Amino acid sequence: MSLLSKKNMGFLKDPLMDNNPISTQVLGICSALAVTVQLQTAIVMSLAVISVLSFSNVLISLVRNKVPSNIRIIVELAIIATLVILVDQVLKAFLYDISKQLSVFVGLIITNCIVLGRAEAFALQNKPWPSFLDGVGNGLGYSMILIAVAFGRELLGSGSLFGFQVIPDAAYAAGYQNMGLMVLAPGAFILLGLIIWVQRTITGTVAD
Amino acid sequence: MASKPRITKAYTLGFAAAVTMVCSVLLASAATLLKDRQDQNVQMDIKTNILTVLDLVGDKEITPELVFTLFEENVDSYVVDNEGKRVNNRKAEDIDTKKEPNMLPVFVRMEGDSTVAYCIPTQGKALWSTVKGYIALEQDLNTVKGITFYSHAETPGLGGEIDKSWFTDAFKGKTILDENGAVVSITIVKGKMQSGEKNPEHKVDGISGATLTSNGLNAFIKRTLEKYEPYFKTVRGEKS
Repeated sequence: MSLLSKKNMGFLKDPLMDNNPISTQVLGICSALAVTVQLQTAIVMSLAVISVLSFSNVLISLVRNKVPSNIRIIVELAIIATLVILVDQVLKAFLYDISKQLSVFVGLIITNCIVLGRAEAFALQNKPWPSFLDGVGNGLGYSMILIAVAFGRELLGSGSLFGFQVIPDAAYAAGYQNMGLMVLAPGAFILLGLIIWVQRTITGTVAD
Repeated sequence: MASKPRITKAYTLGFAAAVTMVCSVLLASAATLLKDRQDQNVQMDIKTNILTVLDLVGDKEITPELVFTLFEENVDSYVVDNEGKRVNNRKAEDIDTKKEPNMLPVFVRMEGDSTVAYCIPTQGKALWSTVKGYIALEQDLNTVKGITFYSHAETPGLGGEIDKSWFTDAFKGKTILDENGAVVSITIVKGKMQSGEKNPEHKVDGISGATLTSNGLNAFIKRTLEKYEPYFKTVRGEKS
């Protein structure tokens, strides 16, 4: 089986749309609400989740035949927690300001159900390479939604993108105002709801 | 699926031990390798906070060089004890207020030879975490020049709002002494200040949903100001 066979690419592409962890499975909502006020934090958070998810999937897949099944959840959590703390330490060393803004949410990747969910549902039954692709795919699916929500929130809530003001001063002078709601958590809920609605209309998914 | 190894209790224990070992070695080495850089960042952050609260940064973009030069040129620091006497052989940066509660670091903003503002560290328990911050006072050692909280783990959106400027800006211009010269500190009220609130010069608007965080802040800000009061008294005395 070649590395990028159709089946393997499916593992990568499926979670982007048809099986998106946030908008279809509705997992990982907590962090999606918390870190999406600005694009910058959303992107760093996305990278953190992609790296944790792909590496945890690979590592868990590597030990899948050795793990005694009665302690498998503990082992999965130990691996995930180690990776998350590593990411947190690296952020503290190299991106201190952003790590301060992300505060507890990097640590909370440990409890992000997407990570443990993929470990349980996929990595335990599959070889390392497909598991890696599955991790990257789900991470990207998560990131896509996160970045889309952050784009909307930063644009509408602060009138800027990546910290640069994009709404011209003239608009403010003419009476335009930033939407305070978007800076708060409910703004993320509303955007997320709209995204899920649009996506489900396109894919035709119906939750029962 | 490949054949599973025979699971015995000993195997399970051994496996758990191995996983724990590998994880801890990884984490310990990462923590050691990155410690210097992280400490540097923390130091930088502390200096930036002192500069901000002393109103030295303005609109300039914060870079390590700028922080270093501003700090070097405008900020002087020393240590006093809880009776208000100068302690000569200690440096303000080295004081760990947790270990030596009676050593009080003071950072001052100098303009030429005169001190124009004072900045003191404050910390204490709020709801979930130890909150650390700085309070800056004007030359009269009564009016608040600024306040900042740089380290905490309060609920984001509620108690976490204490590091936002809408909250900290409200402290500016408030006073810490009553008409008799006793320390009354600044109190964060529950909710918004009512019109006709008594002594509005000692009070700021609260954060709804963060009463316990505010209570913690009220208590430790007052404690800090009282601890420094002997020293502040002598300074005020020298001036008048």
